[in-house]
Amino acid sequence: MFKPPADYGIGIGLRIPHLHHILEKKPVVSWFEIISENYMVDGGRPLAVLDQILEQYKVVQHGVSMYFGSMDPLNREHLKRLKALVRRTKTPWLTDHLCWGSVDGRYTHDLLPMPYTFEAAKVTARKIRQAQDYLEVPIAVENVSSYAEFHVSQMTEWEFLNEVVERADCGILLDVNNIYVSSRNHDFDPYVYLNAVPAERVAQIHLAGHSKFEKYILDTHDHPVIGPVWKLYAHAIQRCGAVPTLLEWDDRIPSFNEVHREARKAEKYLPAAQPGVLQVLA
Amino acid sequence: MSSATPTLRETQKRMAELLMKPWPAGGPKREAARLIRPNDRLTSLERLAIYSRSYWARVLDSLRDDFPGLMTILGSEAFDRMATAYLVECPSQSFTLRDLGSRLPEWLAKHPRYAGQQKRLALDMARLEWAHIEAFDGLAEKTLDPEDLLRLTTSLRAGVQPYVSLLDLHYPVDELRVKLKAAPEDAGAASNAVLEKRARKVARFRGLKPQSMFVAVHRVDMIVYYRRLAREEYRILQGLRSGKPIAKAIGDAFFESSVGADQIPDLLRTWFAAWATFGWLTDKRKKAKRSKSK
Repeated sequence: MFKPPADYGIGIGLRIPHLHHILEKKPVVSWFEIISENYMVDGGRPLAVLDQILEQYKVVQHGVSMYFGSMDPLNREHLKRLKALVRRTKTPWLTDHLCWGSVDGRYTHDLLPMPYTFEAAKVTARKIRQAQDYLEVPIAVENVSSYAEFHVSQMTEWEFLNEVVERADCGILLDVNNIYVSSRNHDFDPYVYLNAVPAERVAQIHLAGHSKFEKYILDTHDHPVIGPVWKLYAHAIQRCGAVPTLLEWDDRIPSFNEVHREARKAEKYLPAAQPGVLQVLA
Repeated sequence: MSSATPTLRETQKRMAELLMKPWPAGGPKREAARLIRPNDRLTSLERLAIYSRSYWARVLDSLRDDFPGLMTILGSEAFDRMATAYLVECPSQSFTLRDLGSRLPEWLAKHPRYAGQQKRLALDMARLEWAHIEAFDGLAEKTLDPEDLLRLTTSLRAGVQPYVSLLDLHYPVDELRVKLKAAPEDAGAASNAVLEKRARKVARFRGLKPQSMFVAVHRVDMIVYYRRLAREEYRILQGLRSGKPIAKAIGDAFFESSVGADQIPDLLRTWFAAWATFGWLTDKRKKAKRSKSK
């Protein structure tokens, strides 16, 4: 089973407003996560900037549109571009979401929740295996936040996650904020979810903030991480060990230093007995 | 699974159809109830509406970001009506939102009722703004070597960089777009002064006079620029792009031209020097050799 390299500690999502600061000040960061699709282009500034980042930092790729859960077959053009990017970044593992988002070649550009059925688990796992085989890099799938549940579902979300990752023999990108958001929207105990996750498959953890509305919670990535999510994170680390952790901040993005400070809060939850894990320094 | 239970494909098709079309008044209550479980706080429709709002916000924001000049010309409400109609007919067929507007200029030309009162102005701006995206991250092929340029012969075939768009326009939308970029648009920084400034600019655009012109949208050091071209210069580049040998492209470009024969050598020297400086010309000869050897 894939184990992420030990020197990947706390990472930060690479975002455009921070590029100038990062390239000029060269802050010490263990690794950056990039959104793969932003760099699956033919040329120009995105790739030039990425090459500058790669000269100084380790990068892990995170995708938003592979749509393992869509009935559509994998998009060959997408895979070809993704493989070219994998070779460029030398990402040691690659992540995307356990969701669907396209039908008959039409894309919603959203991370839509799966119907938790055995048919869906089989389809999803087969596509993850195909992608892993073609891309020649370990894949970890991320649990998404959701706001709706389907009548056709035959199991819980965590049972579905287990069914998929066992069939696909892939890793998990465990988003503890997404577990929290979904637990509030669907009235389940987030610790029951966390305790059901096969700890040995967790390759990476995501942290983020969200927005609370009157009747539901929305995963907006525009706030600091809240206390209950940090508690979930602490529990996840207890179960999974010191796993590479990434803070996402995608909207109303504050200064790099503020995002950096927020990410470093994860340090106190990671076991001190594991040197080399924490690379985020002042 | 019983025959009454929808398959994964059926479930996804139903939901995608509900998300990717604007809702009628009251929303698709029955369809939502068939698909989505309610909870004690939200009905099936309300849960589905979270995704519908998210879809439309995402795709409309993407088009607003990519076509700010067109939005200024049409006004934000008319722009959103136009963009919604476009997206219903031309939903995304790409894994990346970068391509969302790729069919917009062609679609707008076929649906002039969405192009506002100054249709040609709107169409020109849509073409320019799509060309801007292509120039930003489009493919760069190997440029002609300086040695090749020194040895230029009339039989040589040269191409034009894929990231360079050659546009024949009816309005000076290049100037307009540059002025727009200079105007602060960040909603977070919106103030009465900023909004007034933008409104004055919009008013000026409405009085813009037609002007036939040729523009190359290209990039230098990763920054996108607009460069005005002479008619014959534009024609030569179009000819090269279509695969004509240099002599044929030049000959066709000056056919029935008002440029005096004595001026042509100087013009060609100037233009070829500029194209070489920008790295616009690509080596089609080597490509032809490679394809022959396959």
